[in-house]
Amino acid sequence: MLSYIIRRILYAVPILIGVNLITFLLFFMVNSPDDMARAQLGAKQVSPELIHSWKEARGYDKPLFINYESAGIQKATDTLFVQESLKLFSFDFGFSDANRDIGSDIKERMVPSLAIALPTFLIALITNISLALLLVLFRGSVLDTSMMILAVMIMSISGLFYIIAGQVLFSKIWHWVPISGYESGWDGIRFIILPVLIGVFAGIGAGVRWYRSIFLEQINQDYVRTARAKGLSELKVLFGHVLRNGMLPILTGVVVIIPSLFMGSLIMESFFGIPGLGSYTIDAIHAQDFAIVKAMVFLGSVLYIVGLILTDISYTLFDPRVKLS
Amino acid sequence: MKIVLLWTDVMVWLLVVSLLLWAWTVSSSPQVRKLWHTVFKSSIAMASAIILLFYLLFALLDSVHFRLATPSNESQNKTLQYGGITSLLDVMFSHNMKNTERTYSAPFATHEYTKSIVIDEQGVTKQEYLPLEYVGKGDDITSKSIFAGFVGLAIVGVLIFMHILWRGRGGLKSELPWRTAYITLGVLIVTFTWLYLLSYHYHVLGTDKVGGDVLYQSLKSIRTGVLIGILTTLIMLPVAVILGVSAGLFGGWVDDGIQYLYTTLSSIPGVLLIAAGVLSMQVMMDNNPTWFETTLERSDLRLLFLIIILGVTSWTGLCRLLRAETLKISQIEFVTAAKAFGVGKMTIIRRHIIPNLMHIILISVVLDFSGLVLAEAVLSYVGVGVDPTMHSWGNMINQARLEMAREPMVWWSLFSAFVFMFILVLAANLFSDRIQRVLDPRNKS
Repeated sequence: MLSYIIRRILYAVPILIGVNLITFLLFFMVNSPDDMARAQLGAKQVSPELIHSWKEARGYDKPLFINYESAGIQKATDTLFVQESLKLFSFDFGFSDANRDIGSDIKERMVPSLAIALPTFLIALITNISLALLLVLFRGSVLDTSMMILAVMIMSISGLFYIIAGQVLFSKIWHWVPISGYESGWDGIRFIILPVLIGVFAGIGAGVRWYRSIFLEQINQDYVRTARAKGLSELKVLFGHVLRNGMLPILTGVVVIIPSLFMGSLIMESFFGIPGLGSYTIDAIHAQDFAIVKAMVFLGSVLYIVGLILTDISYTLFDPRVKLS
Repeated sequence: MKIVLLWTDVMVWLLVVSLLLWAWTVSSSPQVRKLWHTVFKSSIAMASAIILLFYLLFALLDSVHFRLATPSNESQNKTLQYGGITSLLDVMFSHNMKNTERTYSAPFATHEYTKSIVIDEQGVTKQEYLPLEYVGKGDDITSKSIFAGFVGLAIVGVLIFMHILWRGRGGLKSELPWRTAYITLGVLIVTFTWLYLLSYHYHVLGTDKVGGDVLYQSLKSIRTGVLIGILTTLIMLPVAVILGVSAGLFGGWVDDGIQYLYTTLSSIPGVLLIAAGVLSMQVMMDNNPTWFETTLERSDLRLLFLIIILGVTSWTGLCRLLRAETLKISQIEFVTAAKAFGVGKMTIIRRHIIPNLMHIILISVVLDFSGLVLAEAVLSYVGVGVDPTMHSWGNMINQARLEMAREPMVWWSLFSAFVFMFILVLAANLFSDRIQRVLDPRNKS
């Protein structure tokens, strides 16, 4: 088990290098350090010396891939690409355009992001699975058909609509919850309720359909027929057999996103003014702050790969047939 | 008149031509005809297909661009002067394009939405609702609606009559739900004629902050949404098919390399990869201002880049599916038999692999469409969507969102954008459900 995990982590290294290469190409080939310096310093007082000193202060004055001035191995290592990659791999994200430490910003903003993302994830998981089980129990009935039509309609409406409609109804007209903002501690719960509810509702259509199709696939299997034949009640069949066997496809889809919850939700956080990583990213995109965007891309990929590894590990816990080696 | 071909226009018309060619070649096969017959036997599929075609029609109308010759006063001047680039849809709605009001007005309103300070003849300063400039005064909506309704019904009647005549050649009995089709078509055409004819006298869906007509904006947005939905899949399709099939068929280091490529790409969070791509593209376009002459060409180029970026980020899922399926198919006896007979690899791919992958490809094309239409709105909100000068539902929502705090609320821009989007996405979702049910072999029970 441990050796498997270590091997998976080693497999992740080339992928991260690839991710790093892609972001590097996107940011430095197209947007050269000279352009960045000019954009940062402002077009007016730009002089070659100023650009040079700006680049030197950030280490951007090195060549991109091959340093012909150095000797030996330095030719490859004393370059912008290797220097930048090494910094990222040690989770040193450097400074943003506003001269703030990106690493500590990220740490600070993780908590508000999780405060929204975690409850949304858990409540959505429980609601979607229970609703799907309910529909499978009454499959083929009027309830099932009408709920499925409703589900298609829910997933056909843009997520932005739910947010705007929710804010208008609950905050502007009924004044139940504040329209946006964030506070840590238990007092802050009034800020969290609305985004969480909207997040759960917006995903309910696609979620219920997905879980229902998983359970329906199980329900036509032979072992379910056997279970019914030996006289188990439909409820016992559902919870004891269908749900347990449906766990595997569910895990594949669900576990992989758990680490990514740290990243927060771009749209939700920016609409509700929550100082999390999602709004951090969106602000960086608006301000064209490449350093932050790059850090978030790297962080997101790391978390996704962690999610993939967790998925594999969770298989062993739920499916005795799977042996990791 | 001078025809202008924008990049996206070229792609749209290429797509239409290739789709027609594909339909023509495929229609000779009885199995395929039967399959599509089964798809359209469901009245929901029929209705959604007609709605989708209706949207497509607007996208195509808006993809014929030209510059009209402007009449110049100096008749001896031999060189013709050309105006700005317009499309067929612009010509249809030229009255709405020109007649912009000063600011917000509600649907069918005759006066502006907010009070303005005016000084009357006596020099007294007053606050009052100013009348709109381009709205018919003292006109009766009801009589106009009845007239528009009759015109719409007449058009529908002629169309249906022609179709029934055409069907009459092979007998009127049919398994296909033509009645649903006629009703859907009727509702669509009557609604549209009503909106269109009344748009000469009112701002049917109101006006936005700078007085632009919301109906016109919503209709212009159709092209953006449909193009993003279709062209993205079109761009990623060859990549996904070629890489997926070669990974599954050749194995070895080819397989390893392709797997590495798509794992890497899919591990980057989608929105961030798109954002990074769009930001870089913006910088690139700012550095090369010679690539485009007009703002329209600029926004068109940006749309094209956005579509390419979306394509690059979205091929991984399909590629993975195709690789797995190719692996499965290449183990089946008919492929091994073909190999034993010494059939070439390319022939095997063409004759045995690709036809058996068609259902996956088709399902993913229709399935991705609705997701991409919805994604456009979100991306425009994040600021990495289409050009802010381009009409799109995302831009409409984004602009209208800022007015939420206004009292009373300006709701019609948001409402129109959401309704137009909802109808398109719902139709696409229902249609893809049907296709999935018919084509997916796992559903045969």
